[in-house]
Amino acid sequence: MSLASVNLVTVEPASGRRRTRLDPALAGIGAVLVLLVLAAVLAPLIAPYSPDQGNILIANAPPSPAHLLGTDAVGRDIVSRLIYGARLSLLGPALIIALATTAGVTLAISAVWIGGWYDVVVSRVLDLLFAIPGLLVAIIAVAVLGTGLIAPVLALSLAYTPYIARVLRSVALRERRLAYIESVQLAGFSGWAICLRHLLPNVMPLIRAQATLAFGAALVDLAAISYLGLGVQPPTPEWGIMVSDGQASLLNGYPLESISAGFLIVVVVVLVNLLGDRFAIRAEEAG
Amino acid sequence: MISQQHHQLGPADPAGPPILQVRGLRKVFKIRSEGSRRTENLVAVDGVSFDLPPSGSLGIVGESGSGKTTVARIIAGLEQPSAGTVLVGGSPLARRRRRRRRRVQMVFQDPYSSLDPRQTILAGLDEVLRLHTKSGKSGRRARALELLHQVGLDERHENLRPRSLSGGQRQRVAIARALACGPEVLILDEAVSALDVSVQGQVLNLLAELRTQIQVAYLFVSHDLAVVQQVTDDTIVMHRGRVVEAGPTDAILTSPADDYTRRLLAAVPRPGWKPSRRADGG
Ligand SMILES: Nc1ncnc2c1ncn2[C@@H]1O[C@H](COP(=O)(O)OP(=O)(O)OP(=O)(O)O)[C@@H](O)[C@H]1O
Ligand SMILES: [Mg+2]
Repeated sequence: MSLASVNLVTVEPASGRRRTRLDPALAGIGAVLVLLVLAAVLAPLIAPYSPDQGNILIANAPPSPAHLLGTDAVGRDIVSRLIYGARLSLLGPALIIALATTAGVTLAISAVWIGGWYDVVVSRVLDLLFAIPGLLVAIIAVAVLGTGLIAPVLALSLAYTPYIARVLRSVALRERRLAYIESVQLAGFSGWAICLRHLLPNVMPLIRAQATLAFGAALVDLAAISYLGLGVQPPTPEWGIMVSDGQASLLNGYPLESISAGFLIVVVVVLVNLLGDRFAIRAEEAG
Repeated sequence: MISQQHHQLGPADPAGPPILQVRGLRKVFKIRSEGSRRTENLVAVDGVSFDLPPSGSLGIVGESGSGKTTVARIIAGLEQPSAGTVLVGGSPLARRRRRRRRRVQMVFQDPYSSLDPRQTILAGLDEVLRLHTKSGKSGRRARALELLHQVGLDERHENLRPRSLSGGQRQRVAIARALACGPEVLILDEAVSALDVSVQGQVLNLLAELRTQIQVAYLFVSHDLAVVQQVTDDTIVMHRGRVVEAGPTDAILTSPADDYTRRLLAAVPRPGWKPSRRADGG
């Protein structure tokens, strides 16, 4: 895939309506990701077998027309587990990004708008959060809340908030000093109106880029947490769990479970990062 | 010292009491130099007083750093003075932004940052009109088009975004937006400085013309004396935060009383205003 050769072309027709011609690379990446999400949502319709019920008689079966990627150590269809696994594997990072972006944007915009001591406090708290490794917070959260999806999601949301907020704060600070913000201020609009209608939309391309890039990182972190046994628990289908579950088979010469789950993680992360990079380029062009 | 006094400017009260009364304005910035913890005081504005009659036009000139912008921003309410008062129509500027007609509006220097890049021209005007008038959607559009016509634009521009406009067109939109608030005082801080000379002339003509159509007073800030001559009746000359000379613009430009003003005039790189320029502007 030659990404460098594809440029985002923006045309300015006479009507003045801004139209963005679709970037083929962006469309391709988007299509693959949409298909993945669809597969996750429609798992019961698409998956050929149940993700939980295995047939021990066909354990570690090699790929065949009936089981395209073979079966795992307890005879469950690997393709079906991958498809069902996409649900939690994608939902987890999505929740993290939703929470972290909401918190990060709120903190950054309010800090920029209110300024003064509030800005100082917010910035210090963000620095502090930045210094604490996300996995450490996750382990503590699991110790307190128990394993499952909730604890790692909350912990990683906290860990990703400064990642979103710090960059956004510095960009929004620059935006806030532009004359158009001061002129809407002079027109008599409230801080709420100015932030929601002017400041936020103008930093949105950056937020989108940050959130997308964070999604990839969060997916890896969550998979790592599952792999360590701190997240959702087996036999729940989830890619991180599949990587660790498949380890024994891998050593016995049946590598497909670990490898296919790991491959999916890598593919999604790479695609999401490419998407995030595109968004970042757009954000730069817009700013 | 003249700067400590109150300058009575303009013809003897043709339009009643001044719309803008500025008394003893002072602004001290605390500057923290890189690395050191000490703060230094920078007196940017020192004892500035003047009056602006309704529908009058006052120029503020002075070299870079003389405090012109700071005075303008204080009057607009974007900056709090360290001392002194600003009375608009006899009452102090409301400290809190309020959902009501804003009496003082400002047009900024940089045409490339003075409009929201994401908003169409009509949407920008509509937003302001929605805040300040009770008219419905069609009434607001009619008013927006009227404003666009007043600044020399029209229907063709209403759905454009700022990036499709030239610098001069953007400043026209910025003026229209400011007028949409129905201000009594319009501050123009180097509003034409970033424009080409010919475009400058057009915008200056527009400003001169607008003042004959609507009741608005100008506070025109510029370092360019030739430009000030075109749109102001009176002028104050600032130097290091103080007013060193005040009076009718023509008198100041032809027979400056103050040494600094004389030097400022001598430093003007090109000849002053020529009547022909008004003719070739659009
Ligand atoms: N927010 C601020 N913080 C600190 N110092 C400031 C601030 N704003 C202005 N100053 C200082 O105050 C002085 C006056 O600045 P001001 O911008 O009012 O001058 P000016 O006459 O508008 O100059 P110019 O013609 O360059 O626009 C300058 O020395 C400037 O550095
Ligand atoms: Mg200035």
